[in-house]
Amino acid sequence: MTVLFVDGKPRELAHAEGNLLQALLTLGYDVPYFCWHPALGSVGACRQCAVKVFRDKNDTRGQIVMSCMTPVRDGMLVSVDDATAKRFRKSVIEWLMLNHPHDCPVCDEGGQCHLQDVTVMTGHNCRTTRFPKRTHRSQDLGPFLQHEMNRCIQCYRCVRFYREYAGGKDLAALGAHHHVYFGREASGALESEFAGNLAEVCPTGVFTDKPARARYARKWDLTTAPSICAHCGLGCNTIVAARYGRVVRVENRYHPAINGYFLCDRGRFARDFVESEKRIRTPLVREASAGGLQPASAVAAVKQAAALLGNKAIGIGSPRASLEGNFALRELVGVDRFYLGLSAQDARLASLALQILRTPAVPAYSLHEIEDAEAALILGEDVANTAPRLALALRQTARRQPARAAAATGIPAWQAHSIADAIHDRLGPLYIAGPVATRLDEIATRTYRAAPDDVARLGFAVAAAFDDRLPRVADLPAEVAALVAEIAAALKPARRTVVVAGLWLGSEAVLLAAAHVVGALRGAGFDAGLCLVPPEANTFGLALLGGRPLADAFALARQGEVETALVLENDLHRRAPAAAVDEFFAAVKNFVALDCVSTRTATRASVVLPAATWAESDGAFVNNEGRAQRFYRVIPPQELVRDSWRWLDALAGVNRDLDGVAAALAASSPEFAALPQAAPDAKFRLLNERVPMQPRRFSGRTAIDAAVEVSEPKPPLDPDSAFAFSMEGCDGQPPPALTPFYWSPNWNSVQALNKFQAEVGGPLRGGEPGARLLAPDGPSLAPSSAPPAFAAPADHWLLLPIQTVFGSDELSALSPAIAARILAPFVALNDDAAKALGATAGDALLVELDDEAVRLPLAIEPLPHGVAAVWAGPDGADARPPAWARIRKEAR
Amino acid sequence: MSERPLTENLKADGSPLSFAEYEAAGGYEAAAKALASLTPDEALKTVQDSGLRGRGGAGFPTGAKWSLAPRGERAVKPTYLVANADEMEPGTFKDRLLLEGNPHQIIEGMLLAGYAIGATAAYIFLRVEYTRAAARVRQALAEAYARGWLGANIRGSGYSLDIHLHTSAGRYMCGEETGLINSLQGRRATPRAKPPFPVVSGLFGKPTVVQNAETLANLPPILRRGADWYKSLSSSADAGTKIYGVSGRVKKPGLWELPMGATIREILEDRAGGMQDGRKLRGLLPGGASTDFLTPEHLDTPMDFNSIQRAGSRLGTGTMIVLDDGACPVGMVLNLTRFFARESCGWCTPCREGLPYLAQILQAIESGAGEPDDLAVLEEHTRLLGPGMTFCALAPGAVEPLQSALKYFREDFERHINEKRCPWSNG
Repeated sequence: MTVLFVDGKPRELAHAEGNLLQALLTLGYDVPYFCWHPALGSVGACRQCAVKVFRDKNDTRGQIVMSCMTPVRDGMLVSVDDATAKRFRKSVIEWLMLNHPHDCPVCDEGGQCHLQDVTVMTGHNCRTTRFPKRTHRSQDLGPFLQHEMNRCIQCYRCVRFYREYAGGKDLAALGAHHHVYFGREASGALESEFAGNLAEVCPTGVFTDKPARARYARKWDLTTAPSICAHCGLGCNTIVAARYGRVVRVENRYHPAINGYFLCDRGRFARDFVESEKRIRTPLVREASAGGLQPASAVAAVKQAAALLGNKAIGIGSPRASLEGNFALRELVGVDRFYLGLSAQDARLASLALQILRTPAVPAYSLHEIEDAEAALILGEDVANTAPRLALALRQTARRQPARAAAATGIPAWQAHSIADAIHDRLGPLYIAGPVATRLDEIATRTYRAAPDDVARLGFAVAAAFDDRLPRVADLPAEVAALVAEIAAALKPARRTVVVAGLWLGSEAVLLAAAHVVGALRGAGFDAGLCLVPPEANTFGLALLGGRPLADAFALARQGEVETALVLENDLHRRAPAAAVDEFFAAVKNFVALDCVSTRTATRASVVLPAATWAESDGAFVNNEGRAQRFYRVIPPQELVRDSWRWLDALAGVNRDLDGVAAALAASSPEFAALPQAAPDAKFRLLNERVPMQPRRFSGRTAIDAAVEVSEPKPPLDPDSAFAFSMEGCDGQPPPALTPFYWSPNWNSVQALNKFQAEVGGPLRGGEPGARLLAPDGPSLAPSSAPPAFAAPADHWLLLPIQTVFGSDELSALSPAIAARILAPFVALNDDAAKALGATAGDALLVELDDEAVRLPLAIEPLPHGVAAVWAGPDGADARPPAWARIRKEAR
Repeated sequence: MSERPLTENLKADGSPLSFAEYEAAGGYEAAAKALASLTPDEALKTVQDSGLRGRGGAGFPTGAKWSLAPRGERAVKPTYLVANADEMEPGTFKDRLLLEGNPHQIIEGMLLAGYAIGATAAYIFLRVEYTRAAARVRQALAEAYARGWLGANIRGSGYSLDIHLHTSAGRYMCGEETGLINSLQGRRATPRAKPPFPVVSGLFGKPTVVQNAETLANLPPILRRGADWYKSLSSSADAGTKIYGVSGRVKKPGLWELPMGATIREILEDRAGGMQDGRKLRGLLPGGASTDFLTPEHLDTPMDFNSIQRAGSRLGTGTMIVLDDGACPVGMVLNLTRFFARESCGWCTPCREGLPYLAQILQAIESGAGEPDDLAVLEEHTRLLGPGMTFCALAPGAVEPLQSALKYFREDFERHINEKRCPWSNG
């Protein structure tokens, strides 16, 4: 226990590790700051957090210090209220206001601006300068962020996040003195896929959410709900905001074990798919006489669909649908007739991944644990594209070992630039083995470019280096054996190692190799854990539910045993080759689709039920760690757009709320017993009241619908949760899983989060949201051997479907801002292969698979021999598993 | 004439001493002696005993600084030495004299410093505009390498040192030792937080000793002739000699090497020949642009670190700028403030925003648009931009001329405001 004397009062702190600013904030003092950020540390630039410290009780003059740069000491005498300190803090604002425009009324940040908050906090309320303001030209930074440099207060947070934390290159501090400019060398889209965080990192309105401007509303006029990102398998926590029944924006929701303070741009800017022209907003029923799908009432559509459910109905689930949706479907059709809506490869690998993660010897690391690791081995997965937030975590992992070494010399761990300067260019061990170049390669100790089987062989060999009982990998080339020895030597001194693999490569061997490395390390007494990347938001949830693979459904249909197929939130064309899907549709008599957007699958249905998007429904996803997390609707329940599980219950003639579905799911299997603990249920009340999704300052409450109805309607309630779509309810702090916004007296910006943390920058009050479903009680892994070395048959390439952060995810690709960043299709070969084909970059190549052929322009990439990679665009053969292909140059 | 170990060998025509000329004048004797017969600790001890203090402005004891670098078993490899030759303080041109006139003495000084601290690589960080010095230093380095005074296993001693010449990016901030280190790494010349000090974590994160060029030039004579001799050169508390300079409307502006503690009067009247005819001394900045004004009443103050501090200013670089009665003090302070505002790196708020604000106010006063409240704002800013409030020493130094001008020349400021014009202007 550490005691600080703050303005004469003894205040207790749990420990004396941090800086004085963080300590004072944790103690509840409103010490203003700009450049300090809990995830970025202290640099002492803005001088806003000045306080006075006294040497001892006899020191009456004291000394002004920047609290962010001052280590906490037990017994320290501090004054926040000291007149000189207060005057100085006020002066800092006065200086910043010399040039900051008085454009709050038209600024997007207004009402949630940390600069506004601090200005009010310090009491600077009268402009005395008579001189003109400095002005800048702003830049076009692409589809995600609006740039307004005139508002800049030069806190340097943007470049510190963008460059130092996220590894971006194209945003910099330019110029000097009071002309310092934060931007690119020239206008153009910011390259980093984490650029969107600048909207939250910037304490004022220099970087704001550009797409949100189209439906702009002040923070106090937003209805917000806690949510889970639906666009990869990591389960980042988000806050989804809406106004007038439309989604406005997505912001970070702090989860100490997962996303911390940051999201990726796919997660942040995907939301406009909700407004996509492809949205299905009304039930559709196929009427041959009227020439296709026609709008129908909910009652009629349910009646029609229910009538199609006979003995020979099957259900096909989805990795992008909630646990509850998949479970309701399984209940409706029966366990035996429930099929995983996954490709054969994903189904096999997801099930293997779960088996591995249940192994007692192989713990699944959270992102926080990964950031705390000192060494990383990535086997195969291109995480920067399949799970971007994990790539951001691994960038911190790479700094961990040298940062700890620097801290051991006496530099405080939070003194960010001193640590960075001491580290200089040293990075901890990070080894990347995989077939394609990745954006993390630049921080890798070494990369090993190899086909999936060879990646697995490397992994098995590393495992064998730590466990004599494992079979040795035969015929390893000398340079690979040397790399194995290097990796083994690098992992040994690490306090903690994370091994990363994923489902993308379609290789069971790679997953097993990763598991074996972790098992062998732990067996040898080293701390290690695994991170297996699922491709979609609920891949692991779906696999946990279990079910037969899609191919079995196709086979059953071929036998004429399927009369009706219910397809839940799934485009089968993304799961299987077109020929197989076509054959399936031909063999199935009736076909009911539930989806939020019109897909190649939904358009063939006889009945389409409009599924609510994640912003309009309640449910849970299971992430890479096996953590079930609840998301909540931000848009009140609608008549025609409903949760999938609610439609399915209607088909079954059942009437349950979310808790009812979750309870049935929890009772169905011990695996799901913990699900209800993921978040408080609908009966939860805070001081006998619901949790309001609108803040106290919500305006126009009665005017909002005045054009339709002048009387004040009863605010809608969420039947499935403790939320009210209202400002009415308890003003207190809800549990973290039910926190719809960060707001606290004096703190209107995202920085109000400080008031929701038990320790600023640390754990949340009320603990970690979510429930870990995977217990380490499965059987141990049997030792398996490495596959033979990769060799492509003559004239064939192993064709890998490239994953791209913008484009690969089905729903986010429908968001215009994301769509603007999608790459043009290409097929990639290495230089030797291109030469052998007599092709140069840009030439059209014909890529022939068993059942189809596509023409794509050639890109030259440093791929391993015998491997080709293809990016076929968001609608293309993106979900196709790695397959053998022939490639030739088109005759002109 | 007393001894002038820094300048006695300079040639009258201003051309640099060749290697042979320097050697003939006793050059590299100290290096030979140190490498052959002194341990690094003994070399350090000699420098500590000599009482040498840094000549770059802050006056930190040189030997004490070196002793903070990890030594012996705790030594970190590589350890770096940097010669700070980024002389950018307005009114200061003393290092230029040595760099152009006798670069070998600085190189030998670096060799001695490098040996004492165990440096394996050293950099000369040279002001970019000093193109003549760059050519001469480059030539001298080539000669030193050719004669085996630099490179691997110097003269068979087992000690190796490489010296690289780096010409600066042309910013005042590059002269601040941590800003210099960042600049040398190819980064923005933003200062670094201290602690950790560069002797612990400096260039590329390694222990680094940064010394002013003049300081380094003191080392060969100290090592050659001993600490006691060096201390005997001066009768003041500060040992050795100092290159003093005068600029402004004096009869003979220039540089003179004098024993530490020569009085202002001696420098100004005896060496610089006093004020130009018809000009009266109003004040002077004793140690370059970032020091407080002193006035004619201070003329008998010795120019050593403690005496100047007691008089209310700083010795700084020891090169004074003289204000005469024909120049507007507001205009002079405005000129300096504008320089410092422009040279702020833009890192911390008070310096980045406060200095331009002061320049705006001073410009308003100078151009006749001053307001009565302006002086209070200026005065308060000299405290708000003072030591501890800003990230580095730039702004506290920048407001020193202003704060003393407000003290000594207040009536001039008031006349500007009251008469709504500059009394010195023709308009």
